[in-house]
Amino acid sequence: MEQQKEAGMVGMWLFLLTEVMFFGGLFLAYTIYRTIYPQGFLYGSHLLNVQLGGTNTVVLIVSSLTMAMAVYYSQKGETKKLIGFLTATLLLGLAFLVIKYFEYASKIHDNLFPAVGFYNPVTPEMDPTSHHAIPANLQQPVRVFLWIYFMMTGLHALHMIVGAGILITLILMARKGKFTKNYNSPVEISGLYWHFVDIVWIFLFPLLYLTGFHFGKH
Amino acid sequence: MADHSHDDSHGHPENPIKYYIGVFVLLMVMTVLTVYVAQFDLEKIWGPLNALVALSIAVIKATAVIMIFMHVRWSSRLTQVIVVASVFWLLIMLSFTLSDYFTRGGWPTGLGAY
Repeated sequence: MEQQKEAGMVGMWLFLLTEVMFFGGLFLAYTIYRTIYPQGFLYGSHLLNVQLGGTNTVVLIVSSLTMAMAVYYSQKGETKKLIGFLTATLLLGLAFLVIKYFEYASKIHDNLFPAVGFYNPVTPEMDPTSHHAIPANLQQPVRVFLWIYFMMTGLHALHMIVGAGILITLILMARKGKFTKNYNSPVEISGLYWHFVDIVWIFLFPLLYLTGFHFGKH
Repeated sequence: MADHSHDDSHGHPENPIKYYIGVFVLLMVMTVLTVYVAQFDLEKIWGPLNALVALSIAVIKATAVIMIFMHVRWSSRLTQVIVVASVFWLLIMLSFTLSDYFTRGGWPTGLGAY
């Protein structure tokens, strides 16, 4: 039994290794384009909402704590507390996605979604009072930043949606009494996944939101 | 390493909750710190300084999550090797690709202008 559990955990870590390489490629693209367009990244990052991004960072940290607690109570065989902490984690994950939705909606509303037919930002000359105006010479570099922003946070959000599905499954399994002191591998393995998705955000938040936070405070 | 001949890294501590709360507090403090520091234009002092501080804080946060929340501190040696390997492969991918970019001279024209 112990050997089966160990094999499952090692298998999950190997999957997470492939996930590290998957997101690593995106961080590599980020680094290369930031080197090519430092001003575009500074300006583009300044367009993002640090309050909402910071709130989501805190939401994910709390959700990681509740997930760790869920794993702890699954090891203890305390099903009621397990279900409670799994539900808390699920609700925090959904709160993250709702906040992310409002961020995306605001960017699309400001014509900042970088796809053809959507990207049409105003310039400071057109609207001097606008907080999301982009000078004409920076519009293409900022567009590169926004592609990377939507790509990385979008794939991260997709992982969150998958994670929410996993949590719902775990809650249903726990309610049926599938988990005992001696059998809790699905909870532990899902915990690893949830914490991994949190770690991705730990890097995304400073690189995307905070890079241009000092902009305009020169 | 040598004094760990018997496998005492295996198995969880009696009460891991105090470790979890500790990591939680560390993550919150580090988040506040990274937002606070990002307000200052450290690039005036040295170009990559803002990014360096932000990444250092992120690495500390990620390490705490991996070691405690993901139980690597108490995991089998095999799991620990896989974790170290994943960081190692990632660094190979980043460093080899970037060294190629930085030395080949193939950057688009106007590098750094925008």
